[in-house]
Amino acid sequence: MSTLLEVSGISVTFDGFRAINNLSFRIGEAELRAIIGPNGAGKTTFMDIVTGKTRPDEGRVIWGEKNVSLLKMSESQIARQGIGRKFQRPTVFEDQSVFDNLLMALKNDRGPFAVLTYRRSAEDADKVRALAEEIGLKAELPRKAGELAHGQKQWLEIGMLLAQEPRLLLVDEPAAGMSPAEREHTTALLVEAAKTRAVVVVEHDMEFVRRLGCKVTVFHEGSVLAEGSLDHVTANKDVIDVYLGR
Amino acid sequence: MERSFFARNPSALIFILLLAAFTLGVTLLSEGFGMDVVSTSMVKTLGKTLCLCLVAVAMDLVWGYCGILSLGHFAFFGLGGYMIGMWLMYERTKAIVISATAGGPLPATPEEIREGIGVQIFGVVGGSEIPPIWYFADSLTIQLALVVLVPGLLALIFGWLAFRSRVAGVYLSILTQAMTLALSLYLFQNDSGLRGNNGLSGLQNLPGAENVPQTLISIYFLWASALALGLGYLLAAWVAGGKFGSVIRGIRDDEARVRFLGYHVEGYKLFVFTLTAVIAAIAGALYYPQAGIINPAEIAPIASIYLAVWVAIGGRGRLYGAVIGAALVSLVSTWFTGGQAPDIPLGFYTVQWVDWWLILLGLSFVLVTLFAPKGIGGLFDLIAGRGSPERHGADLGPDPGALREKEAEE
Ligand SMILES: Nc1ncnc2c1ncn2[C@@H]1O[C@H](COP(=O)(O)OP(=O)(O)OP(=O)(O)O)[C@@H](O)[C@H]1O
Ligand SMILES: [Mg+2]
Repeated sequence: MSTLLEVSGISVTFDGFRAINNLSFRIGEAELRAIIGPNGAGKTTFMDIVTGKTRPDEGRVIWGEKNVSLLKMSESQIARQGIGRKFQRPTVFEDQSVFDNLLMALKNDRGPFAVLTYRRSAEDADKVRALAEEIGLKAELPRKAGELAHGQKQWLEIGMLLAQEPRLLLVDEPAAGMSPAEREHTTALLVEAAKTRAVVVVEHDMEFVRRLGCKVTVFHEGSVLAEGSLDHVTANKDVIDVYLGR
Repeated sequence: MERSFFARNPSALIFILLLAAFTLGVTLLSEGFGMDVVSTSMVKTLGKTLCLCLVAVAMDLVWGYCGILSLGHFAFFGLGGYMIGMWLMYERTKAIVISATAGGPLPATPEEIREGIGVQIFGVVGGSEIPPIWYFADSLTIQLALVVLVPGLLALIFGWLAFRSRVAGVYLSILTQAMTLALSLYLFQNDSGLRGNNGLSGLQNLPGAENVPQTLISIYFLWASALALGLGYLLAAWVAGGKFGSVIRGIRDDEARVRFLGYHVEGYKLFVFTLTAVIAAIAGALYYPQAGIINPAEIAPIASIYLAVWVAIGGRGRLYGAVIGAALVSLVSTWFTGGQAPDIPLGFYTVQWVDWWLILLGLSFVLVTLFAPKGIGGLFDLIAGRGSPERHGADLGPDPGALREKEAEE
């Protein structure tokens, strides 16, 4: 499998505290991967680096078959390369309708002038409706996103990611605060999404990770502690010590 | 396909109709055109108020929609006024100089005329040379272009520097205050070439229209101001509606999220900042010929703060709110500070509104911020919500969705 994203030897220090320490990570096209690790292991910081929010002190982040470096790009440029991100706390535009939220995320020219003269085509409206169907929010399209329940907001944000048609999806704790039924829906969404693109899911909940049924990477103190199937890593002595045996 | 512009923005249609009715009404009641009920000075006040409404619309677009609390937009307003004022003053003075030398044995040479103009205009600041920035002052076309270009370029450069370094929030507000302060201090200097603290005056006299009485000119400016406000309102409604509006409101509410969606946030901010600066400049270019005079005090930092107060009181994030706020507060302010408001004798102290008006304004600002964050415009929500509960309910139901489906089939 060809590599889509390769992160090698990155380190980040915040006020003398090493949040990421010589971390390396790679993911191929159309792969589903779970990242687990205790609080403060650096999972969110890792996503910050890949998406350009935080600059690493050292290391490389290489993207795509042309092997371009993401380190020199701005957040919006990286997003346009095809990397979508869902935040730990659901962030949707509460003041706007579900439809408008999805429409804004829909893959289209992002330039101010193109957006200013943009006219909604029937095709785009169909895409939005199909996405809403997929994330189970079809009936909520005209509602303001702020009126949605917590779980629905999480789905809307996942829907916005899918609308971007990214090649890599970074999803930070998508199931936090969800009921078991909602979790199941979320799992299905992510597994489906990973059929056509790479998906990285950060999650604390072991049951959730088990249902994803994918390769797992364990972070600890800013580095990779173990990698493999869930059964493989949970059998790892170090992992038991730092994470499961708490 | 999408519905028409006015179907999506019913408030814009209502606004345009009201504005047209207002303009027609004032015209019919005016001294120059009709029943002589509204005095010429009142017509000028109303015309100026329309210009203030236009700059408030610009402020609402940049602050209420895009979340950039610029406290410097009056600098652009003033610059627009200066640019048109230069032509007005130059051409008017030229006519005076020519007629003054007309009685002589020989017609005045162009050099003599230029010299005469220089003395007339710059005598007050102890000069007679016409400064280089007045180079194009005899060309209306070029000065009109400069009305847009000079403030637009200033906004573009300032915005580019500020947004590129991700200056936002309070820091940006302070920076814009510094910009307008610096500009006004610069213009206060006699050698700025714009007559220092004297500013430009006599702007109400239109060169080439000496025989048209002010009663008519005031009405023409009222029409021009109403037209500009109408067009500016429609432009702002168009920009703030649709997908662009969606993106800038997104920037206002969560800038980082918009970035991760792949939008170049700084580019959008710069676009809105510059566009609104140009709108402000056009408003200023229409305002000052009606005011008759412009001086650097007009672009003091406080002016831009007032602008924000108007928009806050009217209700930011909705264009008609900005218009209501600007019209109401500036008219009431004229009334209070113009000495028309009766003093209130309290026995031990007499409340004189010229002094107390500012305190009243400040108090209303605080009260609105605390108790009615949506401003006066928020009242319309109450009326709409109470007046037609059925329609309100239907908005949340499946109706609009069904409509979209039908549209999709077309
Ligand atoms: N901007 C920052 N400034 C200072 N310290 C930071 C910053 N961002 C993260 N950290 C620190 O870096 C460490 C890693 O944080 P990070 O958010 O990546 O952990 P995480 O694995 O996502 O944890 P959680 O499971 O709680 O979400 C933490 O100790 C955190 O306090
Ligand atoms: Mg985290």
